[in-house]
Amino acid sequence: MYKQIDSNKRKTALLIFVFLIFIIGLGWVFGYVLDRAWILPAAVVFATFQALLSYYYSDKITLTISHAQEVPRKEPFLQLHRIVENLAITAGLPKPRIYLIDDTAPNAFATGRDPKHAAIAVTSGLLQKLNKNELEGVISHELSHIGNYDIRLMTIVVVLYGVVALVSDWFLRSLWFRDREERGAQGVLILIGIALAILAPIAALLIQLAISRKREYLADASGALLTRYPEGLASALEKIAKDPEPLEVANRATAHLYIVNPFKGKSFATLFSTHPPIEDRIKALRQMA
Amino acid sequence: MIALIWILIAILVILIIWLVAIYNGLVTLRNRAKEAWSDIDVQLKRRYDLIPNLVETVKGYAKHEKELFENVTKARTAAINAQGAAAQAKAENALTDALKSIFAVAENYPQLRASENFQKLQDELTDTENKIEAARRFYNGNVRDLNIKIEKFPDSIIAGMFGFKPMELFELEESEAKEPVKVQF
Repeated sequence: MYKQIDSNKRKTALLIFVFLIFIIGLGWVFGYVLDRAWILPAAVVFATFQALLSYYYSDKITLTISHAQEVPRKEPFLQLHRIVENLAITAGLPKPRIYLIDDTAPNAFATGRDPKHAAIAVTSGLLQKLNKNELEGVISHELSHIGNYDIRLMTIVVVLYGVVALVSDWFLRSLWFRDREERGAQGVLILIGIALAILAPIAALLIQLAISRKREYLADASGALLTRYPEGLASALEKIAKDPEPLEVANRATAHLYIVNPFKGKSFATLFSTHPPIEDRIKALRQMA
Repeated sequence: MIALIWILIAILVILIIWLVAIYNGLVTLRNRAKEAWSDIDVQLKRRYDLIPNLVETVKGYAKHEKELFENVTKARTAAINAQGAAAQAKAENALTDALKSIFAVAENYPQLRASENFQKLQDELTDTENKIEAARRFYNGNVRDLNIKIEKFPDSIIAGMFGFKPMELFELEESEAKEPVKVQF
């Protein structure tokens, strides 16, 4: 488990490094084409500000827009608290705060920049529809996200993706409003710039999604290791996937956080999905048992 | 000749770096295992704190079971004073047995069983025992990682040189009811 955390931290550092080089390169090309040098420093300042903001407030923002309420450690939530406490001890993590989303669709997510500032949110539908083993499976999956520092990784990845999208967007806009007589680069360079501006966000998005899917498989596996009962999580995933109710409080910004993609019915192509296909996850879990 | 000396120096430097890396890895694992033990300690203390309350509550309904109370109190003191994982585990098992006999006796006193205080204590004890079990698994996992590194070649040489000893696992009696049900497909 510790090895996983170390490799995750290394990967995070590497990823940020690669992304930063990518962003600087992109900024340079755009700045050159438009003959506006400020585009890169502006994007970097903007991105740093956004990164710091999301680093410190991502948990509060996420919980607020999901309408999650912190639950006290007493009936009827005593069992939930105890499940979280016991699994946190088994994982060697401090106990995260526990939040409830009043929605009948069963789902859950974890947030917070590190284990000390972590929170787990579950919907009331999850508590109603799952039995204890299944609930333990879901909580262990969320605790694994916390223990593996997945939330921090994903937050940073999402921000970096945002910067790429932002820079590309600025570029296309300023190209649109550019004075035709303004001195600038030749047609070929502008074409390259446009191609980059269109392709770069797509590439960044694909990287983000690939990382997200990998983290889901990993959290399933380490979660199963925590409870030593993969079938609990497998049958929980099955129940959540089969449940016909959509989760109303989820939106595109928070969808990737949930244990199962909350947008049901709309099936994206696998390449553009934040979550691996649920059948594959269930199959992988059942093979562990 | 000079080239040869340089090669020898390079090999030596690499060896030292490698040695330091293994040594540091061993220290990290040992500290993690020790830290995990303090998790167990917290939960064991919580259980010790609950027992006097339980004894007082049961005493209120079953005055004549003096021997039983003495046994539990003795087992509790022994557990508090136990040193080392193996001795601690033995003392905890004895304490668990003594507690079981209290709950067995409680069956004969319907008023006691109905008392809210007793039910709450029983509930708290069960919860604490589950937490001891959880902390035990975390501790044993860490100890296992340390012991594997100490025994594995070539790390075993460095572990031997610096006197790293395998740590004891914390083994408690598993009650049958706690085993998860295996589902077959």
